[in-house]
Amino acid sequence: MNQDLLRLDHVSRLYHSGGLFGRTPVRAVADVSFALGTSQPEVFSIIGESGSGKTTLSRMILNLVSPSSGVIFFRGQNLAALRGRRARLDFMRCVQPILQNPFEAFNPLSRVESYLFVSAATFAGARSRAQREFKVDEALHKVGLSLAEVRGRFPHELSGGQLQRIAVARALISSPVLIVADEPVSMVDASLRMSIVNLFKTMRDDLGVSIIYITHDLATAYYISDRVLIMQKGRVVETGPAQAVLDHPRDPYTRLLKSSVLSLDGAEDSRNLQVNMEATAK
Amino acid sequence: MTAILKVDQLRAYYLLNHFGVQREVRAVDDVSLQINRNEIYGIAGESSCGKSTLIKTVAAAIRPPLKVVSGTLHYSFAEHELYRLSPAALSRIRWRHLAYIPQGSMNVLNPVRRIRETFVDFAFSHMGLSRADFFEAVVAHCERLHLPASVLGAFPHELSGGMRQRVTIALATICRPQLVIADEPTTALDVVVQKEVLAMVREAQQQIGSSMIFVTHDLTVHAAVTDRLGIMYAGRLVEEAPTPEIIKRPLHPYTASLLASLTRLGDRTAKKGLSGAPPNLSAPPAGCRFHPRCPLAMDICRQANPALTELASGHRVACYAASPAVQPSEPLPHQVPTASARLHGAAA
Repeated sequence: MNQDLLRLDHVSRLYHSGGLFGRTPVRAVADVSFALGTSQPEVFSIIGESGSGKTTLSRMILNLVSPSSGVIFFRGQNLAALRGRRARLDFMRCVQPILQNPFEAFNPLSRVESYLFVSAATFAGARSRAQREFKVDEALHKVGLSLAEVRGRFPHELSGGQLQRIAVARALISSPVLIVADEPVSMVDASLRMSIVNLFKTMRDDLGVSIIYITHDLATAYYISDRVLIMQKGRVVETGPAQAVLDHPRDPYTRLLKSSVLSLDGAEDSRNLQVNMEATAK
Repeated sequence: MTAILKVDQLRAYYLLNHFGVQREVRAVDDVSLQINRNEIYGIAGESSCGKSTLIKTVAAAIRPPLKVVSGTLHYSFAEHELYRLSPAALSRIRWRHLAYIPQGSMNVLNPVRRIRETFVDFAFSHMGLSRADFFEAVVAHCERLHLPASVLGAFPHELSGGMRQRVTIALATICRPQLVIADEPTTALDVVVQKEVLAMVREAQQQIGSSMIFVTHDLTVHAAVTDRLGIMYAGRLVEEAPTPEIIKRPLHPYTASLLASLTRLGDRTAKKGLSGAPPNLSAPPAGCRFHPRCPLAMDICRQANPALTELASGHRVACYAASPAVQPSEPLPHQVPTASARLHGAAA
């Protein structure tokens, strides 16, 4: 029995692209290992550009995709060996996802609370209507909303920020120990983005939930993460404490990422873009 | 400074009529701005603030239920407002004088045609060249923008997202139009590619000397490319100034809170997001539309909308708290008719 909450051991995932003839294997995730401890909840960021395998990795952690090689342990249990509805539900209770686009995560034709009630019934064992409503209201309060505000609304009546809060509340209904958030703020309006990011901080500090935060935005990752893992083309290029890695990146790819982050100071001399342009043209 | 485009008190509403229930969504409400020659004008705002409606109106891509209710648009390259022109007259102006860089380049480039043929589709009829000369011009244009000539023979799916976006920029600038509208051109791209594409946008703009309207919600992108910046909130322009000025001295509380909420590398101090949500444009709050979320809201903010007032040279702001010089916007000289009168008199 090991003490890690989550441990990935040399995990790889291969996809095949192309038709029947000339199939080419694509290594979406190649030999990734890391572990999250149980003692201290943390925000663990996985950073990479599109095609770096970060979404495939998150789907493997959620047990939606199985690794081609390597093993993922959740509290010492091999995910590939989970059998039966009960074991699967137990796992889903502990590990919950938050998806990128809140407008796609909710069924546009049903009221948003119906989705929350299903979660409460399935994961929190709430049998009666009153129990379900209590669980849902409790979870919504954790994200600064209440059932009264949300009841009867359809997804199109709510802003992206509110919907994403509801998605966070839904993930919290089952009292999970780990939340996998795949680009949770990239579709949220600028003025509401920070409130979602701050929510992750509160979840870690007050509710003791560990969060795997998947993003391509170095600035927010720097702001909330305890540790980061930088991926490029399926491989881990650098990992370590967030501040150490992002303040003094050692890997050339991390340095490139860091130099590409735009800042407000760019307005002072927009020439730095020009220089970069000439460098990339060569 | 000569203006390429002058927008004066523009109101463009979506007029909806569902089962006898009339509703108007005031997506662009009393917006006045001017785009000068050879500048990149940025428009920042979150979703549903009316920025897409504004550029649709400027590009004359107006389809019902969207309707220009009042106000004027004056283009330096056309005698009349573009949305009043016939389709034939409009197609002569589009791409020749006014081009467009859209957000998702995958949906724009025809997937079953090579890039070279897409150039023919878009630009051949506007250039007035022979086929051989046209291709020579295309190759030369791509070379100037550091695009390898090999992309011309490729299909869109063979190119990466960043490369496709660069192709659409080349496509939009090939005719050297006076005005280019770029609608979130880098939102779908990765940080590394984004920086290269932005550099290309800037370089293309400087080479052909055209003006550009650059729309994105990302203020750091505005800081990198735009010369002047207008901030839109709930269908109105609330602040406008040269970009470095607005970033250093934001006068509107909405702009200030947007800037304050930005995280940056090397800074872990706590940031706060704005509370509340953007208003519903079919029933916007009375007075200043930002007042329900505003930390500085006063009584007058709930009653009358502040006029966009020039406080410093080139710095316009619509907020009573910024300066006592800001007065309520005057009632318009021509009365805006009611929704029902407009729907029934829509033919005019």
